Amino acid sequence: MTDTTSTGETGDDMLLPELVAHLRENRTNLRQEWASRITAAHLLSAMTHQEIFSEATSVYDNYVEVLETGSVEALQHYARDLSERIIPRGVETDEVVGIVLLLRDVLARSLFEKYHQDFPLLNRILDAYEPAANRIANTVAVSFVEERERVIRQQQDALRELSTPVLQVRERLLILPIIGILDAQRARQLTEQLLRGIRTHRAKVVVVDITGVPEIDQSVANHLLRTVDASRLMGARVIVTGLSAEIAQTLVEIGVDLSKIVTVGDLQGGIEEAERVLGFTVIRPDDAQR
Amino acid sequence: MPNDNGPATQPALVSILRQGTHLIASIHTALDDGQLIRFQQDLIDRVGRDRARGIIIDVAALDVLDSFGSRTLRNIARVASLRGARTVIVGINPDVAFAMVELGTDLGGVLTALDLEEGLDLLNATTGADPPHPGRSTPFHKT
Repeated sequence: MTDTTSTGETGDDMLLPELVAHLRENRTNLRQEWASRITAAHLLSAMTHQEIFSEATSVYDNYVEVLETGSVEALQHYARDLSERIIPRGVETDEVVGIVLLLRDVLARSLFEKYHQDFPLLNRILDAYEPAANRIANTVAVSFVEERERVIRQQQDALRELSTPVLQVRERLLILPIIGILDAQRARQLTEQLLRGIRTHRAKVVVVDITGVPEIDQSVANHLLRTVDASRLMGARVIVTGLSAEIAQTLVEIGVDLSKIVTVGDLQGGIEEAERVLGFTVIRPDDAQR
Repeated sequence: MPNDNGPATQPALVSILRQGTHLIASIHTALDDGQLIRFQQDLIDRVGRDRARGIIIDVAALDVLDSFGSRTLRNIARVASLRGARTVIVGINPDVAFAMVELGTDLGGVLTALDLEEGLDLLNATTGADPPHPGRSTPFHKT
């Protein structure tokens, strides 16, 4: 299969194996060419030249293997694995797509070079090469994006768990500082956590501080109302604090009825109110001695 | 079925005990609609018979409180209040509370407390039967 340039009669099913053999033969050159073009295009700037070269080698081999077998599974696996390694280093989607397209280009050029004398054969070779190459580019891009999405989801989950602490500040007094956007799922989780907190701490008053909530709309307000209602069913009173001027105005404008909720300006005020309700008095030691 | 009427061989579904001027009704298991109505009648009867000033209904054993159940509890509270007794519902589970607000069933102004102890404190404070514990707050969580 070394000298097929002259035979225009190679069967179509023989084209891909021939292609693969060609790419294997010229592996060292093409790989080198590809790596230098990656550097020239300033892609993967977060990685060193050696790293690029070694990853390029694996991608190249995987690439040729997919051309040979037609199965993208191994490549998918490799691409996901690669993404896992390079995402934390800040590699962007366009870079990944860029390098795969570069490889496609490098290989296509080498095919041009080899077959340029036999135009019909070149055409058929490209017919066989292009769909496979496109599929590879697709697979790598999709694997990369999927991996990224997985990482994002994982981080979201972690954030969600971190961001809803239920804290006891006095006997039977809990505070629940809400920070960030309150969507339906988070509101649900928050309510569940709060209700469990009420039971374990035997809370009588809960101060919910929403200073860290950037905006409130109808649905968020309803979530808040439900949280308050559910706490009340368990015998705890809820005081909402930290409504900013803008939020208060928005709530009035959109006509949310918060009359059932006790609100106090800031967290300090809320805790003081709760202490009053619970019968605590806070005094300075100096004043107590007098 | 209340324990004083039910057949001795069956475990009681509900018990109604007297504690001072209060009645403590514990629901031990999920009740169907008929049993709920029966429970309501028995409890209201006992209010008159025992001259109760307060009622505590403990629903801690329930893992569901549907709209009929909530309505029955609401009705008991209203009727009892007409006969001079104040009702507190105690022991609503976190899951039950969550489901109730999700489904929009509420107890419409009935007093609630965390558990039996809290409920007794609340009743003692509101009915003035016992002086509230020193240092304890006055009741506030009227819904």
